[in-house]
Amino acid sequence: MQWNSVGEFFAMGGYGFYVWGSFGACALAMAIESLLLRQQHKELLRSLRDQHEA
Amino acid sequence: MMKMDKQPASPASWMRYASPATFYPVAGRLQPWFAALAAVLTAVGLWIGFFVAPTDATQGEGYRIIFVHVPASWMSMFIYCVMAFWAAIGLAFNTRLSSMMASALAPTGAMFALLSLVTGSLWGKPMWGTWWVWDARLTSELILFFLYLGFLALQAAIEDPKRADRAGAVLALVGVVNVPIIYFSVKWWNTLHQGASVSMTKSPSMAQTMLWGMLLMALAFWMYAIAVALSRLRNIILERERHADWVRQVLE
Repeated sequence: MQWNSVGEFFAMGGYGFYVWGSFGACALAMAIESLLLRQQHKELLRSLRDQHEA
Repeated sequence: MMKMDKQPASPASWMRYASPATFYPVAGRLQPWFAALAAVLTAVGLWIGFFVAPTDATQGEGYRIIFVHVPASWMSMFIYCVMAFWAAIGLAFNTRLSSMMASALAPTGAMFALLSLVTGSLWGKPMWGTWWVWDARLTSELILFFLYLGFLALQAAIEDPKRADRAGAVLALVGVVNVPIIYFSVKWWNTLHQGASVSMTKSPSMAQTMLWGMLLMALAFWMYAIAVALSRLRNIILERERHADWVRQVLE
């Protein structure tokens, strides 16, 4: 392993902003997409139940 | 023409799975497995990417962006091809489920194209000194992103789902020519973008552990894409079949 401390790990040899920015963008996009799909599914089921009961 | 949509209970073996009503629960059962695979592969891929793969001789730690940039770029091209394939099947055989699969893939493909551009920008700034250049590789990837957006906008603009499927399929198929252009752009034109790190014909120009980290992350993104596409497919099926009898039974 090439990291001697936690600080060194987060600094990424001076490229911290770019490296964490890239990984963060991916994590954020995937988290948002998953949440939106789950929410959409719940709302769909709710509206379909209303429709069938009406 | 077969009238498959009127008889979901037709006994014809594998064709049964081409019915949205049959595939809805199948997709629901498969989805968690792909999600779990994606999580495990991501964990291993990140471990290798950050703790096993060595520092790069020329780019220092900055090169580690490769572990998300290359997988995102690959997926953006691969998903486009799969989307065009299902759209073409839907167009040729009038199978509704195929067209729904194409629609389910488009937003995720667009997301990966955008992530490819964003992570590429974040890599270009420290290495080339610029966020963006109008060269062949970057421009053709941007066009891919716009093709996804065009597909989504076109489908959203057409009220009748069957017409929307057909129009989307034509656009998706025309856009396929862009994929080889992206892939070979670094060979065909002079560009700032580095050449392929992995190629079919010669051994990879990178350390073994770097390569493994990248391949594992690509596999993780692939499994993630399947998981979210299955979830979205289920939503699309419910939405389009909202008046069918089987949907009533699902709700109970």
